[in-house]
This record gives sequence, structure tokens and C-alpha cells, in this order.
Amino acid sequence: MKYIDEFRDGEKAQQIAQLIHQQVKEGQSYRLMEFCGGHTHAIFRYGLVDLLPDEVELIHGPGCPVCVLPIARLDMAIELARNPEVILCTYGDMLRVPASGGTSLLKVRADGGDVRMLYSPLDALDIARDNPDRQVVFFAIGFETTTPPTALLLRQADQLGLTNLSIFCNHVLTPAAMHGILKDGGPLNLDGFIGPAHVSTVIGSQAYQAFPEEYKKPVVIAGFEPLDVLQAILLLVRQLNEGRAEVENEFTRAVTQEGNLKARKLTNEVFTLRDSFEWRGLGSLPQSALCLRPELAHLDAEQRFTFTSGQSRENKACECPSVLRGLKKPHECKLFGNPCSPENPLGSCMVSSEGACAAYYSYGRYRTQEPLLAKG
Amino acid sequence: MRKNINTALVDDLQVGDYVILHVGVALKKLDQEEAEKTLALFGELEALEKAQNQEQTP
Repeated sequence: MKYIDEFRDGEKAQQIAQLIHQQVKEGQSYRLMEFCGGHTHAIFRYGLVDLLPDEVELIHGPGCPVCVLPIARLDMAIELARNPEVILCTYGDMLRVPASGGTSLLKVRADGGDVRMLYSPLDALDIARDNPDRQVVFFAIGFETTTPPTALLLRQADQLGLTNLSIFCNHVLTPAAMHGILKDGGPLNLDGFIGPAHVSTVIGSQAYQAFPEEYKKPVVIAGFEPLDVLQAILLLVRQLNEGRAEVENEFTRAVTQEGNLKARKLTNEVFTLRDSFEWRGLGSLPQSALCLRPELAHLDAEQRFTFTSGQSRENKACECPSVLRGLKKPHECKLFGNPCSPENPLGSCMVSSEGACAAYYSYGRYRTQEPLLAKG
Repeated sequence: MRKNINTALVDDLQVGDYVILHVGVALKKLDQEEAEKTLALFGELEALEKAQNQEQTP
């Protein structure tokens, strides 16, 4: 496909990798976090780690929407799905995420709950119109990419005067999570960030200015294709070599300084900041998530339904929180591979293709093993 | 594959344009000129690398 294949050229990838090899300096640290799960996936799918010099270490960030949703919020969605009055709509990945007691939305559906997988949030409008006697709830998750589509849904539901549609809002903010990772120095000793691709098309490169200014950390926004990621790593290596910390943009074909103003304006019109929000792995982060504006409270599922505050229980052996903080690699978890796998996920990071555990399992789980035939 | 998508968030779209699509909603028009510039930059890397290799070989 045009504008995809050109950015997957193997020969060019080797050339950029060779430049990275030539430019890394002894004694200089290159601990780079790819914030976004889309990048984690690309790094493993295309084997980019094998092209990089040992000096460059990639730390996988928390930018995977289903991974960072805390179990208490998922338990609330399970409660909604069990309500016979409710049709709960959400994205496919969300269905298999383990909730308290090992249940999931998929299991609730098997027990007779009406849980539907949507491609687009706007599909919820038709479901609401087709089911006037039922309560349709859209379980909204994700970063700045899925937020404007939810905002469109809210705007249209409001204009149509739909009384049987509401949103269970769990939208979170990328820069707030990056602050959370860096605050108090942070245990990771990161040297820079590969900035998100699609998120940045919406919020623009201006949204990252604080990271060079406050923390002296360079940010290079990169597209999701392998050449984009390699080029961003090269630009980060150069910044670090030269002692610079700036926001650079490799993904100029889709990211501008200001992002998508129309999407940002709509988002501001329907959502407002929560004082704080709990993230899986990162804990409670101030002003890191959105909720509906008071004038749209009639479309807010948290206002429409009452929730019993049960005790949420994480699987204690699951290392997702440490993986999301970048403190552990997926294969360092006792559950990794057996019994936790994409077919039978026990933690959220194994569910989505953007999760670090799923990426390791699908593309990288043999990397850490000794070759079986090498010894004789 | 054919699919209906929502383009309410992107102005001035023409037939033949490319967009960044997320959950059925176009988030941004792809700037074809910038795409070519980025690709050309990869090409320059190639030339740069060749030049460096030539310097190294006596």
C-alpha cells in the first residue's frame, strides 16, 4: 500500500541501523522509552531490536489503552454488562481483559450478558436507535486517538436527543502519564522518548514541549512503520551525543505543531479534566484523565447507573504493573508464556497486540533462550 | 476492503487523499509532500553512508 510499503524497506532499515551503530558513543547512555504500544508492536514485529547496537536500550512504555485501565474500572463495566437492561458496547480487545475473580466481558457474554464489540464508537448510535427499550452504554477507553471519536458520539447522541445511550468514560492523557514516569527523577533513568504517532496527529508536537524544558529529555515523534522508528532512534542518538534536548518530529506527514485543532476543540467542548485517575502500574496520576462536562451529565453512565463498590482483586503473581512502569521485561514474569499467553491472558499486557507481553510472546519469546542445536 | 468512515474532523478532503484512520474516524489528512520529503531523507542517509564508507577505505 502506498505510504506504507516505502516505510518498510529492509535495505534502508539496514542503512539507518548502520548509521546508529556508527554514531553511538562509548560511555553515553541511550535508554529510550517508546511510550506507545503501537511502537512496541512495530519494534518486535520487524525485529528492530536485532538491528540496534547493544548501547541502545528500548524501554516499553504504558501507551496501551487496555493495559493501563485499572481493574476497578473494568469491574464497573462488568457490573454494567450484567445488568439485564444494558447493552454494553466496547472495542474488541477489552472483551478478553481479565477482571476480578478471573472473569471478563467475554465470560459475562457467555453467561447471557449483552456485550457487543464495536469497530467504531459511532456504531453505538445505530444500536441505540434499534433498541429503544434497552440502555446502551459505550465503554470508552483509550488515549487522545480514541477520545475525539467518543466526542463525536457524544455530540451526535446529544443532538439526536437519545435517552437510552450513555458513555462510561475512561479516556486518559499521554503527557500526564509521561510526567508520571519522570516525576521525582523516576527509577528508570530514561534518556529520551520516542513520541507517539497517532496520538500526536491529534495533540501536535507542541504537547511535548515540557519534557525537554522541565526534565531535559528529548522527544522524537515517530510514525508506526519500521523506518520511522529507526530514524527516530537515530535522531535521539544524535540529540544525546550533542547534549541537546528538543522535540523533533519524524512523522511530519501526519503530525503538525498544533495537531488537529478541530478534534482538540471538540474534545474540549465535551470533556473536562478529572482531578486524578488511577492507572494500572502508574498509580494515581493528577489531571491524567477526562470525564464528561457537567452539561452532558445526562449522557454519563457514571451518573445514570449506581455501582456497588466491590473489592477489586488483581492476580498477585501478574507483573503487568512493573512491565507498564518499564521496570521489568515481560519474560521476567513467572506467568509469562505458561499459563499466561494471548490465548489465555492472565494480565492486561498479554491481551492487546499493543501490550508488551503480547509483543514478546508473538515475536520475541525465543530471543532470550539458548539455541538448542548450538551445543554439541 | 471497503468501509464507511467518518471524516467530520478533517476539512478539505478530496477523492484520492490519504488519511490517518483510527476506530473508523479520520484523524488527519496525510501530507503527501511531507511523506516524500521523509522518504528522500532516507535516501540521503544512503548517500551519506556511502560517502563515509569511501572515506574509510584508503
